[in-house]
Amino acid sequence: MIRFEGVSRTYELGGRPVHALVEVSEHIRPGEHVAIMGRSGSGKSTLLNIAGCLDRPDSGSYWLDGRAVGTLADRELTAVRRHLVGFVFQSFQLVPRLTAFENVELPMVFAGLPRGERRARAAAALAAVELAERAEHRPDQLSGGERQRVALARATIMRPRLLLADEPTGNLDLASGAQILDLLTGLNAAGLTLVVVTHDPLVARRAGRVIVLVDGRIVRRLASSELSGAADLFSAR
Amino acid sequence: MSPMSAADLFAFALRALTGQRLRSALSLGGMAIGVAAVVALTALGEGARRYVIDQFASLGTNVLIVVPGKTETTGLPGLAAAARSLTLADARALGRGVAGVEKVAPIAIGNETVAHGARRRQVAVVGATREFLGVRRLTLGHGKFLPAEEIERGSAVVVLGSKVASELFAGEEPVGQAVRIGGWRVRVLGVMAPRGVQLGADIDDMVIVPVATAMRMFDLRSLVRIMVSVRSHAELEAARGAIVRLLAARHREEDVTVLTQDAVVATFSSILGALTMALGAIAAVSLSVAGIGIMNVMLVSVSERTREIGLLRAVGVERRQVLAAFLAQAALLATAGGLLGLAAGTAAVRLLVRLYPALPAAPPAWAVGSALALALGVGLFFGWLPARRAARLDPVAALAGGR
Repeated sequence: MIRFEGVSRTYELGGRPVHALVEVSEHIRPGEHVAIMGRSGSGKSTLLNIAGCLDRPDSGSYWLDGRAVGTLADRELTAVRRHLVGFVFQSFQLVPRLTAFENVELPMVFAGLPRGERRARAAAALAAVELAERAEHRPDQLSGGERQRVALARATIMRPRLLLADEPTGNLDLASGAQILDLLTGLNAAGLTLVVVTHDPLVARRAGRVIVLVDGRIVRRLASSELSGAADLFSAR
Repeated sequence: MSPMSAADLFAFALRALTGQRLRSALSLGGMAIGVAAVVALTALGEGARRYVIDQFASLGTNVLIVVPGKTETTGLPGLAAAARSLTLADARALGRGVAGVEKVAPIAIGNETVAHGARRRQVAVVGATREFLGVRRLTLGHGKFLPAEEIERGSAVVVLGSKVASELFAGEEPVGQAVRIGGWRVRVLGVMAPRGVQLGADIDDMVIVPVATAMRMFDLRSLVRIMVSVRSHAELEAARGAIVRLLAARHREEDVTVLTQDAVVATFSSILGALTMALGAIAAVSLSVAGIGIMNVMLVSVSERTREIGLLRAVGVERRQVLAAFLAQAALLATAGGLLGLAAGTAAVRLLVRLYPALPAAPPAWAVGSALALALGVGLFFGWLPARRAARLDPVAALAGGR
């Protein structure tokens, strides 16, 4: 599903170059559930952005679903995001003026799906995250957990093959977070490739395997069952 | 092609506008004021133009106006320096020697005090002949008009305007009585029917004496003009040429100007048309101010919705779709403001016409059309920069809420 080969990404911050990713190579197979761990600034979000075609590598190659996408033009990358990738963000990123229903409908509106199909799919997606009766509420009328469930319904509404979640439980209490993790795990079980960025071992433990980034490099690859024993997880070897 | 339907695009843009009601309403108001100004001001200019044209049209289209002095044919009567005389003999020659001429009305003008007993009134004294009535399409109220007499004779008689009659005689019958014009004693023959202002002169507030009398009274050597009515409109140009030739032969040079009513109307029409355009252009400036207002609202909207734009890009919305969504928003604002302004401007013109019924003020169709088109154009023009800024945002940075 995802293949990174020697991917590097450097950007300027305050006039100084920041090496967000350095020569990263990794392969994630279809249907996998992978957690990416690291301290803030370790490059894990950059990795996720490149994986989701929001960003491009400066050097190295990136194949998504068998296609070299690292060098595609903006329009083609946009099309890849539309049809292949779903995003879940720590801060939900719901449009505040739109209802839950309209937020879920949004990607389909811009993809030009007919109205009838949009309504049916959005209603089904909200029902799947147990928010059918909250459909007409705006985000500010929803709890954090409800917001993230709306965001999850939206992320999967275009039936992507890859779901990328950046600290999906970071703004949630334990119970709401667990509910989101259950939903994510369920989606993965149904065949969706899932990559979750987190610094929370509780979240990472749900994954099949864990990749640890330090200063833009992958320093460890381990099974999630090895997490509890691993002391000094973020040391640079 | 963007895969989204136009209806969905505008629905999305409308939703964005209603999400910031006050700001939308304010910039919409700015646009409305601009369009209302264009509509109202051009309606005023157009009203003035039609008013003047109506005035001349009341003369009929078969009239030629001979004025002394050589000017361009589009010049206005009376503006030319009256270097040469236009005499009573000229008027008589025109009446006899030009094919197609129906009536010749020589006109002289002065200003004098008209008195009856203790009552006096300063009025315009028009020297004319019997033909004056027909050529100017005026109606006598009662009594008689000027007598048919030799043009040079100049009897001591007068026909009063209706207002002059009522001011000087206050209910008494003026016909048969004597009035004094300056030092001249003249007999009242008749009273004109009330007519109001024609060609800028108040018919009700003037007196008409035989042209020779007026020239003697004011010691005039030249007529101010000779009005000539021609049998039919088809003969107008031929008659005009003949008049110019005849007077050139009499004066041994071409020193008069013969205007057609059409030419005078065309001149006024073009002057007042230009005025209307100028008024419209000034009003249009306020449209560009409204455009800056729209740009401001749109820039704020883009900066407030940076995260949303990032999200849209993340879920596969193309740059051009983001551009289109923001342009649609600006276009909606501008068009709604334009329609509102059109309604307000039209209402203002209606009110004006109710207050001043004489002014046939109505916004010309070109002004209405171009004001609306301009509003939309201004919206798109000033919406372009914010929309492009939105479309160019980097998705990752936008999601983080920055640039």
